Amino acid sequence: MEERITLAHGSGGEAYRELVEEVFLPAFSNECLAPLTDSAVCSAGERIAMTTDSYVIKPLFFPGGDIGRLCISGTVNDLAVSGARPRYISVGMIIEAGFETETLRRIVQSMASTAKEAGVLIVTGDTKVVEGGGVDGIFINTAGIGVFSDDRPPLPQRIAVGDKIIISGYMASHGMAVMAARENMGFNPPILSDVAPVIKLVNAVLDNGCIVHAMRDPTRGGVAATLCEWVTGDTDIEIFEESLPVRPDVAAACGILGMDPLYIANEGIILMSVPERCADDALRLLHSMDAGKNAAVIGEVKAGSGNVHAVTGYGTKRRILMPRGEILPRIC
Amino acid sequence: MRYGFDDLKRGIAAFAAGLGRITIMEVCGTHTFCIRKYGIRQLLPENIRLVSGPGCPVCVTAQRDIAAAIGIARQKDVIFTCFGDMMRVPCGDVSLYSLYEEGRDIRIVTSPLDVLKIAEDNPSKQVVYFGIGFETTAPLTAALIEAADRMGLENLSVLSVHKTMPEAIKHLLSGNNGIDALICPGHVAAVTGSDAFDFIPSLLGKPAAVSGFEAYDIMSAILCLTGMLSRGEKKCVNMYPRAVRREGNREALRLIDKVFRKSSAVWRGLGEIEGSGLEIRDSYSKYNAALRFEISTDDVPEARGCICSQILCGKKVPTDCIHFGRTCTPRSPLGPCMVSSEGSCAAYYRYGGE
Repeated sequence: MEERITLAHGSGGEAYRELVEEVFLPAFSNECLAPLTDSAVCSAGERIAMTTDSYVIKPLFFPGGDIGRLCISGTVNDLAVSGARPRYISVGMIIEAGFETETLRRIVQSMASTAKEAGVLIVTGDTKVVEGGGVDGIFINTAGIGVFSDDRPPLPQRIAVGDKIIISGYMASHGMAVMAARENMGFNPPILSDVAPVIKLVNAVLDNGCIVHAMRDPTRGGVAATLCEWVTGDTDIEIFEESLPVRPDVAAACGILGMDPLYIANEGIILMSVPERCADDALRLLHSMDAGKNAAVIGEVKAGSGNVHAVTGYGTKRRILMPRGEILPRIC
Repeated sequence: MRYGFDDLKRGIAAFAAGLGRITIMEVCGTHTFCIRKYGIRQLLPENIRLVSGPGCPVCVTAQRDIAAAIGIARQKDVIFTCFGDMMRVPCGDVSLYSLYEEGRDIRIVTSPLDVLKIAEDNPSKQVVYFGIGFETTAPLTAALIEAADRMGLENLSVLSVHKTMPEAIKHLLSGNNGIDALICPGHVAAVTGSDAFDFIPSLLGKPAAVSGFEAYDIMSAILCLTGMLSRGEKKCVNMYPRAVRREGNREALRLIDKVFRKSSAVWRGLGEIEGSGLEIRDSYSKYNAALRFEISTDDVPEARGCICSQILCGKKVPTDCIHFGRTCTPRSPLGPCMVSSEGSCAAYYRYGGE
């Protein structure tokens, strides 16, 4: 196969076949994908969860991850936090002509290993190649299907007064890793993204009898956006600023760029709202896993009127608002 | 001895009890931001009022200067570079951000020196850097111009709207203005030295404290100021000695002086202030974007009803404005005070009003 992707690789002919057989199949092989028919035929339960997301990240490779790991984790995580067990993934790629085949291989390998880690099968896909400049390198869309069962019904996704808010690990790592890489900020060692499938964390909590009222992976907009979406007309969320887990390097990068870690994207942690009686159990279960060892209770749900507040270490309160627009670095 | 945080609170309350209603101005935008972020007002007695001064560089940039930046950024074969802070400031219904969304080559940099590489990598383009900010960012712009000159980069220029702080404070506080004491900007003082603010007690007859940016720093500065007010003392005290020396950062001052000369500058809200601007010296004039590009110098009117200019002087607070939180929000700002996270309006909006 050629060193670079050409328009022919998207044309459905011989070159396309070559791309599929030499790059995709060796990485993704499974019984649902193998027949290479127009649709993958898979089995699932009565109720399924389905989600889709597109990935247009720059740079494609960043400390701690790459677009391949991101596009599988993102979709798996959206399924997992609904309470479903992720099963099947589809992959649509739009590639710029001239893209290095070796780079594509690395991305595909990363997708395959992340899918394996998450226990999902990549069962169908599509590739289009556009002329140079048509897209920036590669855009990837993934869709996913997860299944519910009697012991794992959909989560109510509704917080209740008295709930504790639990975070499964350090926040703001992904957003700051990507920003530091993009801005060439030269952190040494580099800031690592947290991008990872969270399904094992979710399973640890849900399969061990913990009641969870709401669960989300706080991606774009960060923890703040999720909390603001959770509050209802008759609840408030109060978070304890000093309990928010942020890695020191991430906190430093946030400080330099004038950013609040609450608003920065995450790709490998979960936020949960759990009844108080289950909070200790949930925390213990998370702490028992490597990815959850920095889990913490960061706040609680109170009766109120739809506001999110942070309580500072000085006993003062400030409001947390829904983020608006792209977050830009602040220097002067 | 280092006081505990509660000691600071109690100390301020004790001093304030012997004072009438007092108004302290925090000059620096980052102080405005931190005061809201930490909820400092909630820790102070009722009779202490904090007002924001003209220390948010985004907020005090004149509409005319923003129009000039937009005018240059719109030109063919221009790569326009700036700090993220300026991207969303509106000028009419255009901003640098809206041009970026249209596909214009506008790049956010986190250091002016990044512009050198952009200019080197794009020899067929004119690369322009928008120099904004006070004495804190001016040395970086000076370093950029000096490096460009050393490297002989012909395609790089700077639109400088840099300003200096002491002249603006002098201008703002001469005459009756209801301000009793000042929290002076720690970052600016790290460059200028704390001595640069000695004129506040000596010339304006008010106590001043140079402050850092942690809650403890700000509370310490307020304690220092209320203490001086209750004793009738008028001094400028450096409460940020871990970053600020009396004489400042000599190398940074040397760079500023090498590349810039003092000039008159137009401040949004304050008007023209003699000696408060930094203009690129004639010896570096080929790097002056204001000379390289044709720029309209017509005045651009403020958005109708926007009271940013009065908020910048400490005459009004954001909640006095009819647009605040209604027709003017961080998502669709009418004036710069709502754009910059250091701006009073954005800080009030984000962290709640009084």
